[in-house]
Amino acid sequence: MQISGAQILVQSLQAEGVEYVFGYPGGAVLEIYDAMFQQDKFKHILVRHEQAAVHAADAYSRSSQKVGVALVTSGPGATNAVTGIATAHLDSVPLVVISGQVGTPAIGSDAFQEVDMLGITRPCVKHNFLVTDVRDLATTVKKAFVIAQSGRPGPVVIDVPKDVTQALAKFHYPEEVFIRSYQPVSKGHTGQIKKAMQVLAGAKRPMIYFGGGVVLGNASQELIEFVQLLGAPCTGTLMGLGAYPSTHSQFVGMLGMHGTYEANLATQNCDVIIAIGARFDDRVISVPSKFTDAPKKIIHIDVDPSSIAKRVPVDVPIVGDVKQVLREMIQLWKEKSYVLNPSHLEKWWQTIEAWRAKDCMYFEHDEASQIIKPQFVVQTLARLTDNDAIITSDVGQHQMYAAQYYPFMRPRQWLNSGGLGTMGVGLPYAMGAKVAHPDATVACITGEGSIQMNIQELSTCQQYKLPIKVINLNNGYLGMVRQWQEFYYSDRYSESYMDSLPDFVKLAEAYGHVGMRIEKSSDVEGALKEALAMKDRLVFMDFITDKKQNVFPMVGNGKGLDEMVLPPHMVQDAERYEADFREYDTRSVP
Amino acid sequence: MRHILSILIENEPGALSRVVGLFSARGYNIDALSVAPTEDASLSRLSVVTTGSPSQMEQMTKQLNKLIEVVKVTDLTESRYVERELMLVKVRAVGKDRDEMLRMAEIYRGSIVDVTDKTYTIEVTGTTDKLNTFLESIQSSLILETVRTGASGIGRGERILRI
Ligand SMILES: Cc1ncc(C[n+]2csc(CCOP(=O)(O)OP(=O)(O)O)c2C)c(N)n1
Repeated sequence: MQISGAQILVQSLQAEGVEYVFGYPGGAVLEIYDAMFQQDKFKHILVRHEQAAVHAADAYSRSSQKVGVALVTSGPGATNAVTGIATAHLDSVPLVVISGQVGTPAIGSDAFQEVDMLGITRPCVKHNFLVTDVRDLATTVKKAFVIAQSGRPGPVVIDVPKDVTQALAKFHYPEEVFIRSYQPVSKGHTGQIKKAMQVLAGAKRPMIYFGGGVVLGNASQELIEFVQLLGAPCTGTLMGLGAYPSTHSQFVGMLGMHGTYEANLATQNCDVIIAIGARFDDRVISVPSKFTDAPKKIIHIDVDPSSIAKRVPVDVPIVGDVKQVLREMIQLWKEKSYVLNPSHLEKWWQTIEAWRAKDCMYFEHDEASQIIKPQFVVQTLARLTDNDAIITSDVGQHQMYAAQYYPFMRPRQWLNSGGLGTMGVGLPYAMGAKVAHPDATVACITGEGSIQMNIQELSTCQQYKLPIKVINLNNGYLGMVRQWQEFYYSDRYSESYMDSLPDFVKLAEAYGHVGMRIEKSSDVEGALKEALAMKDRLVFMDFITDKKQNVFPMVGNGKGLDEMVLPPHMVQDAERYEADFREYDTRSVP
Repeated sequence: MRHILSILIENEPGALSRVVGLFSARGYNIDALSVAPTEDASLSRLSVVTTGSPSQMEQMTKQLNKLIEVVKVTDLTESRYVERELMLVKVRAVGKDRDEMLRMAEIYRGSIVDVTDKTYTIEVTGTTDKLNTFLESIQSSLILETVRTGASGIGRGERILRI
């Protein structure tokens, strides 16, 4: 029996076990929408902007380990999806994005709602397909799912012309596909793993550095075992947060541009660093030459060979799946009865504890003034949710406060755009996470700038009854921009001030939600409690926060990890800070 | 340093633009590019002439390997290889220049593939270097038009690039 391309597509998605498709209809995909209407195996979530469809599918994937699926129409639908696709690409999130295309005879004719989707998305996908023959459709869908979730995951676009959705063919969904030019490596090289463990066992000041790859590779359990087996300090990137429980003493905090004092100094001054699913991004180590200035041996595990030795020279490269490689490492470490030299390790921990004692995360919380500190809101939220909520964030200062002050305890609990840094992801991310985990508390920590980039999704939340908690840290500024203007542009706040903000309370109410405005620090806890108790309502909390609060510590442009701008209470300690370096100046260690 | 990358890709629409796009997206230059199907019709072979430091070449090779349609990548210049480029040069050939052009073509083992009373079109093959030298040794004001294929290369002896 022959069925239409649209039906083939729908049945292929069913065969993949897809539960949700996030999308928006249009002429080129009407056939597909019609085929979807006539089935009930998966649900379609109608967003209000295609960018949000892709973000929501992305968050659904990040929080559930499944492949996210988005469906958009040709032309404007497709271009609206691009930001979402690029966001998923830079964070290696497995997605399948299906875009409609004008009929094959019209392709290339500048037809109504035609864009070259393959051309537009080529630089920001793992792979893309244009299906020109209905008989290729099912196999293409299979290939797309295989490519999206294997090796280093990423988004795959399938561009489907309207006539292909109408054409008839027999449906056969392949169980397996063979792509001869695509054979990702998963098992690490045994010799290299041996060498890595030898190097590590000889370390005096070891550092374990993990990234988003551990989350994507579901290797959190292995990471925890490995870190505890060694007894060494560990640090995580923004994307790695949660892979190791943040409250555990061996975790010294996030590192990088807004990393902790202790994590940054330890990472700079270690003598052996093992990078696990982390790629020495510029937001993490800043300038490579400054990072390697303090000599250290670098062991690097990554599933993507092109990530290895891209930014820093690596002594022991290991290409492979982090979970498998970590298992082998744990086994080898035990077999060989390796131990880190206890006296060196103790001295190293003493140094780190002294750095940690400076409490770089301390912030002034002035009861009398009643000014709300954004950090205080995040801290209170963490306490009231037992560090257990799924947190999404947008991009800006609030994102860094969320990362710094909410202790993430498990992988996939923290969803944000680390790679592309896309403002506007927060609310759609919360939608995707809530759809995947209907019973979890999902909070979106955002800023008044970011939330307005996809605020129309409050309408989607109303349609599907998604009781998200929106925590708007409203400082009246594009805060992160303002901070840079303060530090590097002599306080010339060019266009970082948000004039004419909407009344967020009324706005939330207009969409049928609950709105709250919180202006006094003594009201923070009560408001959060009240909001969290409203289990079945979306609550939009507009916290009027300190306008001038900055994110500390900060590694400025072109600076090394040991050249942080410190919070005010530590600056008074500046001389001591200098002395720390001299005392622990590894640059003289051969 | 100058390198010749030899790449086997699936002979599919769009595959070539992925390779080319990768170079531009990463800020690498393509000095020359040639591409044609191989003895296996499902595969095309590309020769890309580019320049870069060893670390840049390593990164480039890794990135190329990451493309789904790329089957194999090798840097021919890493060991012994043969390189050829084809060039057609149209020159003004009148009076005493006519004999001179004939002589130069002979020295470079070129052949005259088209003749008019005012012009010769000379075909020369060889390494890119040889073709450059040829152009340098004839008077530049007499060169009317040149067209070149870009270098293609193949490993020497037993060194074979196939799947
Ligand atoms: C789509 C997009 N446009 C611009 C930027 C640049 N940008 C980064 S942070 C920021 C300010 C964010 O302001 P807000 O959402 O109010 O958060 P705050 O920093 O005040 O917490 C801007 C404009 C971006 N990351 N994404």
